[in-house]
Amino acid sequence: MEKFIVVEKVKKIYHGPEGGVQALRQIDLTVDEGEFVAIMGPSGSGKSTLLSIIGAMNPPSEGRLLVDEIDIYGLRQEKLADFRHEYLGFVFQELQLIPYLTAIENVLLPLAISNNISSKEKWQLAQEVLEKIGLGDKARRLPSQLSGGEQERVAIARAIVSDPPILLADEPTGSLDSKTGEEIMKLFQILNQEEQRTIIMVTHNREAAQFAQRVILIRDGEIIGEERLKT
Amino acid sequence: MRLSHISLSNLKRRKGKTLFLALGLLIGIATVVTLLSITQAMKEDINKKLDEFGANIVIVPKSDNLSLSYGGVTISSVSSEVKELSEEDAAKIRTIKNKENINIVAPKLLGAVDAEGKRALLVGVLFPDELKLKKWWEWKGKKPSNSNDLILGSEAAKKLRKKISEKLRINGEEFRVVAVLKETGSQEDGLIFADLKETQKLLGKPGSISLIEVAAWCYSCPIEEIVRQTSQVLPQAKVSAVKQVVQSKMYTLEMFSQFSIVLSLVVLFIGSLIVLTTMMSSVNERTREIGIFRAIGYRKSHIMKIILLEALVVSLASGLLGYLLGTSTAKLLAPKVAGLSVAIGWNPLLVIGAVGLAILIGLLGSLYPAWRASHLDPAQALRFI
Ligand SMILES: Nc1ncnc2c1ncn2[C@@H]1O[C@H](COP(=O)(O)OP(=O)(O)OP(=O)(O)O)[C@@H](O)[C@H]1O
Ligand SMILES: [Mg+2]
Repeated sequence: MEKFIVVEKVKKIYHGPEGGVQALRQIDLTVDEGEFVAIMGPSGSGKSTLLSIIGAMNPPSEGRLLVDEIDIYGLRQEKLADFRHEYLGFVFQELQLIPYLTAIENVLLPLAISNNISSKEKWQLAQEVLEKIGLGDKARRLPSQLSGGEQERVAIARAIVSDPPILLADEPTGSLDSKTGEEIMKLFQILNQEEQRTIIMVTHNREAAQFAQRVILIRDGEIIGEERLKT
Repeated sequence: MRLSHISLSNLKRRKGKTLFLALGLLIGIATVVTLLSITQAMKEDINKKLDEFGANIVIVPKSDNLSLSYGGVTISSVSSEVKELSEEDAAKIRTIKNKENINIVAPKLLGAVDAEGKRALLVGVLFPDELKLKKWWEWKGKKPSNSNDLILGSEAAKKLRKKISEKLRINGEEFRVVAVLKETGSQEDGLIFADLKETQKLLGKPGSISLIEVAAWCYSCPIEEIVRQTSQVLPQAKVSAVKQVVQSKMYTLEMFSQFSIVLSLVVLFIGSLIVLTTMMSSVNERTREIGIFRAIGYRKSHIMKIILLEALVVSLASGLLGYLLGTSTAKLLAPKVAGLSVAIGWNPLLVIGAVGLAILIGLLGSLYPAWRASHLDPAQALRFI
């Protein structure tokens, strides 16, 4: 489907103790289904803000977000949560695993609120996904017993376990060395090309951005350029 | 995997916090259980002692010019002058507001009779009630079972020269002595006790009662209150309280039970504060975690459920343990400190109460933290590490 995600005239002002901060001035952005888009820009330019708005977690001050032709911020609170559950998988930079749950339990989290599959199927599915990302043998470990790259993989497994069409990532390679970062990016590429997931990724890293099909450049809350890459 | 799995894992892997939370509730519940058990045992203790002391209220007909004393010499002249009480009056006693506090009602009819040529005082009683009231009675022989069975006071037996199972003619009717009381040192030694109905027939006063002895107890209200209520239903009678040692015991119990209530409330209040602060700090520590749950698509209600489930599990365990600890403490303390002879047992009703109370406090103390957690802004929660 064309125009899967539409960010329409979005502005965001944060009201803090020192007055308002204009994090996003005016953003218009369209992402097609199955696209892999990277967002780049200097620190404080509003990348994370934009991603959280697309992630249905942060209502814009002005403008609309349409996903699959649904006006997301027109939804009621609980429907917003349901939308995230159904459409989105999140991957962050670090500290995104629940520390007291094992790797496989972390992967199971999105399934814990699904009633349509049995407990046995849930565990099987989680194990399969962990194996797919190469962590089948470390399923019973706690996050503290995993390396940074392994933790990132578990987070990716969790993001895709309930098979959402969209993957949102905020600096997924930020805390990893370049070799591990590259492995993670290859995994993203597979998820995009073989499974047709739409991916929007915020990154500081030029090399990581090369795995995307399109790079959006953002500065001071505005899109200042766009770059199409061939992969 | 279900949400309960998340709650349980958190409790299991953060033992320190869980233990602290449980301890706060446990101590509260144990204190309440201990105090309740001891108060209950004190009540039973008094109940027992009261039985030993017999009646504490005596009801006689109202009279301007005659006094009727228990076995007094004036009895013989009573008959025509004083309006006697009736059996219906005895029944009315059990209709007063504090009727649960009425333990035993023992009506009796007194009359002077001729016992094989000797003048004697016959007391018609309801044997089952009378024997319950006079726990201190010791006798030779067996309990009366027939309507013509008699119990003789030791003095009466001596004067009438009667032994157990011998016959005795009273006003021409034949009775049988089934028991003789040991000397009590009271007026009772000289009396003949017979069945109430037979006595009424013998004296020609069917349905009549000369006096009613009542054993009542009420640890939280003065005996005067029961006397007043009884007077209201029996306006034609004179109701008086017999002062007893038990009353000072009742006063002690009343004080102790008030002290228990206050102490329980304080301890429970502290317990709920501990729950509140522990849960609150736990929620604050878990801000990022909650942000992740929300990003995954957990609804506010899911977050509430996770946190309240944790509180529920801890409360349940604390309630059970608190009951065990509280009862054990009471068992240990009751004989030593309170000098109680009543055994404190395992009370199933108290288990339910203790667990119920623990859950109530646990959930009440967690409600606000859970609400706060579920209302965290997910974007904010994920921003700060
Ligand atoms: N909750 C908030 N309250 C107030 N100001 C905020 C809030 N979130 C972001 N900002 C401000 O909005 C601007 C954009 O922040 P944002 O986190 O989107 O930047 P970013 O591009 O992701 O930066 P970085 O590369 O450092 O992660 C910044 O000036 C930031 O200080
Ligand atoms: Mg950022």
